[in-house]
Amino acid sequence: MREKCPVLDNRTVTPGFCRITLHAPAIARLAAPGQFVHVYMPAGHMHMLPRPFSIYKADPLTGELTLLIEIKGKGTTLLAGTGTADVIELLGPLGNGFPPLAPGALLVAGGAGIAPLAFLAASASVPRTLLYCARTADLLACPRYDLDMPGLSIIEATDDGSRGEKGTAADILSRRIEGAGAVFACGPRPMLVAVKKMCRQSGIRAWFSLEERMACGIGACVGCAVATTSGYKRVCRDGPVFPAEEVILK
Amino acid sequence: MSEKEQPLEASLEVNLCGIKLANPILAASGPFGYGHEYRELTGFKDLGGIIVKGVSLEPWEGNPPPRVTETASGMLNAVGLQNPGLKSFLEDHLPSLSGTGPRLFVNVVGCTAEEYTGVVAGLDKAEGIDGLELNISCPNVKAGGMAFGTDPQATGRLVSAVRRETTLPLLVKLSPNVTDIGVIARAAEEAGADGISLVNTLSGMLIDTAQKKPLLGNVFGGLSGPAIMPVALRMVWQAAEAVKIPVLGMGGIVSAGDALQFIMAGARAVALGTGLFYEPDLPSQIKAGLLEYMEKEGLRSLSEIEGVARGPKKF
Repeated sequence: MREKCPVLDNRTVTPGFCRITLHAPAIARLAAPGQFVHVYMPAGHMHMLPRPFSIYKADPLTGELTLLIEIKGKGTTLLAGTGTADVIELLGPLGNGFPPLAPGALLVAGGAGIAPLAFLAASASVPRTLLYCARTADLLACPRYDLDMPGLSIIEATDDGSRGEKGTAADILSRRIEGAGAVFACGPRPMLVAVKKMCRQSGIRAWFSLEERMACGIGACVGCAVATTSGYKRVCRDGPVFPAEEVILK
Repeated sequence: MSEKEQPLEASLEVNLCGIKLANPILAASGPFGYGHEYRELTGFKDLGGIIVKGVSLEPWEGNPPPRVTETASGMLNAVGLQNPGLKSFLEDHLPSLSGTGPRLFVNVVGCTAEEYTGVVAGLDKAEGIDGLELNISCPNVKAGGMAFGTDPQATGRLVSAVRRETTLPLLVKLSPNVTDIGVIARAAEEAGADGISLVNTLSGMLIDTAQKKPLLGNVFGGLSGPAIMPVALRMVWQAAEAVKIPVLGMGGIVSAGDALQFIMAGARAVALGTGLFYEPDLPSQIKAGLLEYMEKEGLRSLSEIEGVARGPKKF
């Protein structure tokens, strides 16, 4: 559904990330972890395409919906510049989310990939571990107050060791995958390629939330294709969450 | 004012190639897919017609990603006409599309003349299709496609071959990537087309400077959206000048004002593509805007302003 959503709060959490909370009661009521919203750009016809963002937090009681956005291009720069006087239009919740969390789940987040996994982590109180990885400390943008959840163990890591353990997501995962229940991952493609390989070797089921450039967001235009074992599928409609063994990543 | 003196109510009805449309607003082939998703999101009630996504004889898998990217006031796409093929279209998509309100056109694609005629023959036998749109203009497939639409002889031969396979109204969708659109439009008309639709996308590309390589998986893509609207309008004007058959105009339409410009340039009806991504409710907005304009101008039919910007006579 489409909803016009007043901006309740927009803060810069690190130099490259903003955290926007919107009043989106209809979407927040329906949102499930792994689903996304398509955000219409507040700049007239200069920007024709809405931007897809994973839902980071959704509270059906207050109607608040929060996005954690890495500021990378024109659209995200525009969104970072919005404030409480602004109203942003959303389409959502869209796509298929993650399967339910079971005890022993490993959540592997790379950089901005934390967004859907923070929402997933908040959906259950079973013992679960979040491996939160990025190249540098600056890119571990998720504020600690958003990850303060009962039963959640958090392991931070950076490629350069500037925060948490030193090493890539694959390095960190390799030390903890033994005995894991299932793996849920979102992050850069090279990270997902490594996670997929490791899960296959260990016989552990994995689900990935994928990102792709998108136009309609509802499955009509076939713009956001991902190669799978049964041909191209639509990230927006058939995903964005896919079983790892189904997707062919390069 | 007595009842007798009241003007007849303004009607948006138009006749496109013998097909009566409730209004001159169509969903263009491509962005709309086979309509299922937009039917859920907005419904079909404000559309006069739907042109469903290109159908080929056999399934086409489409181009590698990325397939789409935004550009200034527009977008580039290189989907590559991914589609499930004729058989699946007839069995899985057509039944739920027939009789939904808007008139139904099917866009036809192929790499060879035989593929085009095969699809057209199959569609001709099916129930529930009001018209065909022959896509001789897609810039995103390696063989065929645009090659047929950039050479008047090839256009004529293909349209003649297809014409023999069907009695359905036949629109031919032209590419803007040509030197003289009028020559191609005339070739299609002489070969038996019932109407011309234009423009398809303009061939273009972008480079990802961080990766130092083309942004789209297919390298080249098709530019659409408001960025191309003045180019599309100029070509609709030229095509309308070249042929007597009706013209379906499209290219970057995002408002009733844009739609009116295409009609004033000589289009009988207009189609929406990229604009639907920005505003899924665009058909209802344009419909309301056209009615408001007609009321203000005291028009009873849009035929009163079709080509009006061209002057008193078609020259």
